[in-house]
Amino acid sequence: MPEIALYGITNFICRDINLNVKDRELLVLLGPTGAGKTTLLNVIAGLIKYQGTISFNDSSVDNLPARLRKVGYLFQDLALFPHLDVRSNIAYGLRMQGIPKGKKAGRVDELLKLMNITHLSHRYPKDLSGGEKQRIALARALAPSPHLLLLDEPFSSLDFRTSRYLMMELRRIQKDLGITTVYVTHNLLEAREMADRIGIIYDGKLEQIGLPQEVFFSPENERVSDFLGAPNVLDCDEYRTLREGLIEVSCGGMKIVASHDRGEVRKIIIFPAYIYVSKEKPPGPSLNRFMGVITEIIPSEFLTRFRVKVAERTLLAELNQDMFHDMGLKVGSDVFLILKLKWIITI
Amino acid sequence: MIKLNWIKPRWSFMPIIVFLCVWEVAARSGFFPGRLFFPPFTVVIQEFYNLTVSGVLTENFLSSLTRVLAGFSTGSIAGLIMGVLMGYKDTINKTFHPIFSLLYPIPALGWLPVLMLWVGIGEMLPIIIIFICSFFPVLYNTVTGIKAVDLNLINVARTLGASEKKILFTIALPLALPNIFTGLRLEAGMAWRVIIAAEMVAIPTGIGALLMKAESLLRIDIVIVCLMVLALMCLSFERFFMFAEQRLTGKWRQDA
Repeated sequence: MPEIALYGITNFICRDINLNVKDRELLVLLGPTGAGKTTLLNVIAGLIKYQGTISFNDSSVDNLPARLRKVGYLFQDLALFPHLDVRSNIAYGLRMQGIPKGKKAGRVDELLKLMNITHLSHRYPKDLSGGEKQRIALARALAPSPHLLLLDEPFSSLDFRTSRYLMMELRRIQKDLGITTVYVTHNLLEAREMADRIGIIYDGKLEQIGLPQEVFFSPENERVSDFLGAPNVLDCDEYRTLREGLIEVSCGGMKIVASHDRGEVRKIIIFPAYIYVSKEKPPGPSLNRFMGVITEIIPSEFLTRFRVKVAERTLLAELNQDMFHDMGLKVGSDVFLILKLKWIITI
Repeated sequence: MIKLNWIKPRWSFMPIIVFLCVWEVAARSGFFPGRLFFPPFTVVIQEFYNLTVSGVLTENFLSSLTRVLAGFSTGSIAGLIMGVLMGYKDTINKTFHPIFSLLYPIPALGWLPVLMLWVGIGEMLPIIIIFICSFFPVLYNTVTGIKAVDLNLINVARTLGASEKKILFTIALPLALPNIFTGLRLEAGMAWRVIIAAEMVAIPTGIGALLMKAESLLRIDIVIVCLMVLALMCLSFERFFMFAEQRLTGKWRQDA
């Protein structure tokens, strides 16, 4: 599988992007909506015009049309061919390359098995669930054995449980096949779970690229830190296992329930974007719900961030400016915070 | 469900049977002025039988059918080919769209006087009229169908190694089929209406011509026979394309 290099990629959105994707690496491009992530994928795939140079293993592909670049592309809307059944969808790329019938059937069977979708082979896209469509689109992209796999927010339309399961599956398949992959998302936790490295794109520019911990905990500039929002990192005083996969952590007077697979827990990380804020006491059990007082308000370009004192700790939360205004919050206001279980990271 | 499926077709015939009964009783009751202008249904059927056995109806029907098939098939194929080219190639669309936009609103029968002078009163005249009548709707429905294909589907096909020609035949054209069939279905019925009108005005043979002769002889029963043949043929042609559309696209269409 080749190493991908982009030099000075510029077009109507991208601004002088230089980027290297290592062999067998899964690089996540992270950024807000409209930042230019999908445009960059389209540039790599050869679907739109650009200035600059793209090379696969040191040989330029700039003059190659999309059909000759050997790139597997999973679109955000999956774009399954509605008039072809699952088997024909997967076989499409092989058919276009003139692969002999026997060899084609063998490859399709292999992918149906790899994705656990053999039972769906004669169904049409209209009769498939979101998760099933996802697997078929991935199988179709992988069928012609591409040099590079491009994934554009592939799980954005799925429920949390399905998307998480498929994320793990995708990671396994990517590792097993050793295929170089560029994965686009705006979801911070999805990026953290999937990435070997993360590149932050903002306003058509690659702002930072590095290992997930480098990007999340050492943002290189204000735009990156503004997008990511400095995460709340809470030192863990003690923890106890509630049941398999679930622990209760004590952090400075707060008792937080989090999911945790194995090993010691030293810190808890919560991104401000994933703290639910309410002025009224939220209904339901008091699990991961805390009352606090706003101690500081930090306005930024699109959001209002504010610090909330909860027990002995201070948490950073955020709301969009309109919502913050509508709630009439100010320094000294009491607020209720809900830490969503699925978005709590333990390290 | 099985029971309902058995009942459904029977019920759909009921209004027709009731209509025919009312017709028969009303015509025989003497309520209307004489049988001459309002023959009962059974008399019309008897005349249908007589005309068929004598070969008059068959001969005229075959004349009309041949004209419709020739004009409709050539017009549809030409509309399809031109529609594909215009839908897929923007330069061709830009060149021909203004011309066709001017010609499309002219009713097919509006060409009759000028075509009578250009090609004379012969077999070519009704065929050309049907050609014009079929060409434009199929053309515009094909252009719409091809232009409506999701760009992402085309881009996926490109990344999977498909050439532009293969994309046209494996993605764009199959996905445009529902639109193409809409054009064919509408025009299949329209072709019969137009041929009857053309034969009534300018051609001495065919169902339309028979209808005009019957009218001049005050044979309302034959006029009704001709109208019934026209109705059956419009319906059969439309149903044929509905069936073909269902067979070709029913498996994958969301709304099928």
